[in-house]
Amino acid sequence: MSTTNLWREHRVLLGRWLARLRREPLAVLALLAQPMVWLVLFGHLFTKMSVPGGSYLRFMTAGAVVMTTFNACLTGGVELLFDRESGFLVRLLAAPASRVSLVTSRFVYLTALTGVQGVVILVAAWLMGVHYASGIGGVAAGLAVGALFGAGITALSVALAFSLRSHSQFFPLVGFASLPLTFASTALVPLALMPGWMRAVARLNPMTYAVDALRELIMTGWQVAPLVGTVGALLVFDVCCVATATAALRHGMR
Amino acid sequence: MTSSADAAVEVIGLRKDFGATRALDAATFNVARGEIFGLLGPNGAGKTTTMRILLTLLKPTAGTARVAGHDVTGEPVAVRERVGWVPQEHTVDPLLTVMENMTFMGGMYHLRPIAARRQAAQLLDLAGLAGHGNKMAKVLSGGTRRKLELAMSLMHVPAVLFLDEPTVGLDITARRDLWAYVRQVSGQGTTVVLTTHYLEEADALCDRVAIIDRGRIQATGAPGELKIAYRASSLDEVFLAATGQELAA
Repeated sequence: MSTTNLWREHRVLLGRWLARLRREPLAVLALLAQPMVWLVLFGHLFTKMSVPGGSYLRFMTAGAVVMTTFNACLTGGVELLFDRESGFLVRLLAAPASRVSLVTSRFVYLTALTGVQGVVILVAAWLMGVHYASGIGGVAAGLAVGALFGAGITALSVALAFSLRSHSQFFPLVGFASLPLTFASTALVPLALMPGWMRAVARLNPMTYAVDALRELIMTGWQVAPLVGTVGALLVFDVCCVATATAALRHGMR
Repeated sequence: MTSSADAAVEVIGLRKDFGATRALDAATFNVARGEIFGLLGPNGAGKTTTMRILLTLLKPTAGTARVAGHDVTGEPVAVRERVGWVPQEHTVDPLLTVMENMTFMGGMYHLRPIAARRQAAQLLDLAGLAGHGNKMAKVLSGGTRRKLELAMSLMHVPAVLFLDEPTVGLDITARRDLWAYVRQVSGQGTTVVLTTHYLEEADALCDRVAIIDRGRIQATGAPGELKIAYRASSLDEVFLAATGQELAA
């Protein structure tokens, strides 16, 4: 397996994912508008909530970024399920290309896509008056932590895409999981305001780790020790998700 | 009969079980280089199973198969580099243009981008699709899309091209058009192995056929030879004599 071959596979696979996105203008619009809706809607809905730091919009910005990453990555595997359903995937499996490239190209694509979405939200929040305590470097680090979280979610989505028979099972399942996981995290509400049982769930939720890391960088500044701990926890999460996805791929790539 | 030295495909005692079901049993045949070879039989006879084993997508339960000089179980990547495949399912991406579909497939076979574009332009020209490069694949007619799929599978200049029921769903004009294209591809030295349940397709296109029924190969030979051997006037009668049943088209 030469790196030249891997590069050529990724080049055309990424080209394909981007071309498919570009030709669905409504999808592009939704991808860029939805995070703004989070920010504007929730930012105004919960202004009376007492959050650390005082400004709910400022508190909420990290939540909007990570929620957006979460939603894009959670549905990110479905393109592979479409390819399985149509027979396109098995045609590609008859090519000498690496099986892994099909999946890794999705990771690269979704990391880039959610990165762009994150920047759009951060710029919009800045225009709405949010200040970033750790500056551009800190915010970039926060986005990188978000990407670590997104990688694990993408792996789970890929695992689902190779475990289910059709996308008519995929979307209800993902829709069912998405809201409870979001609300049982610190994306919208601080831990202190949650009932005890929900606080326990939120402490185990990897989304909480990604949100808290970015939120610290936005509201307080650089806190190196907790940041390293968060990165470690998310790496453990990623390893578990990739292991799940690998098992599903072995089962589903036939 | 061909000698194994110049065989493009060599199948010896191939068997495939799915649980308790034996899909393929003791299949043995050779395909000579440059030949158009047909696997002829009804749906469920074992044609697609045979093809998927030769494409390295299924592991045989027993027996061996070599394609373009490489063992399908021992050297799957070497086989994949040397074969092309047009499955029954649609394998163009409707949201890409004709040219993008071609260069995409080129990349999956590790062609350099420049070489892929050049190769794609040549192949589209040969297929009579020269003016279609910038069209979205979703607007193509059934026959044109099939030709595009065939051209896509030739991007890496395979030694052996596999076609799974290539003309199912096409009207007679599009079918004849595709046959002419397959002959043209064969004329340039590509070995072609196709499955079909259309007797007229086997008769019109194939140098030799293997009649396959319920997982077993019942007869192998040139359509003309088989008609003589079975004292039959058509391939329909050969099929009836060899399998004891009619092949409804």
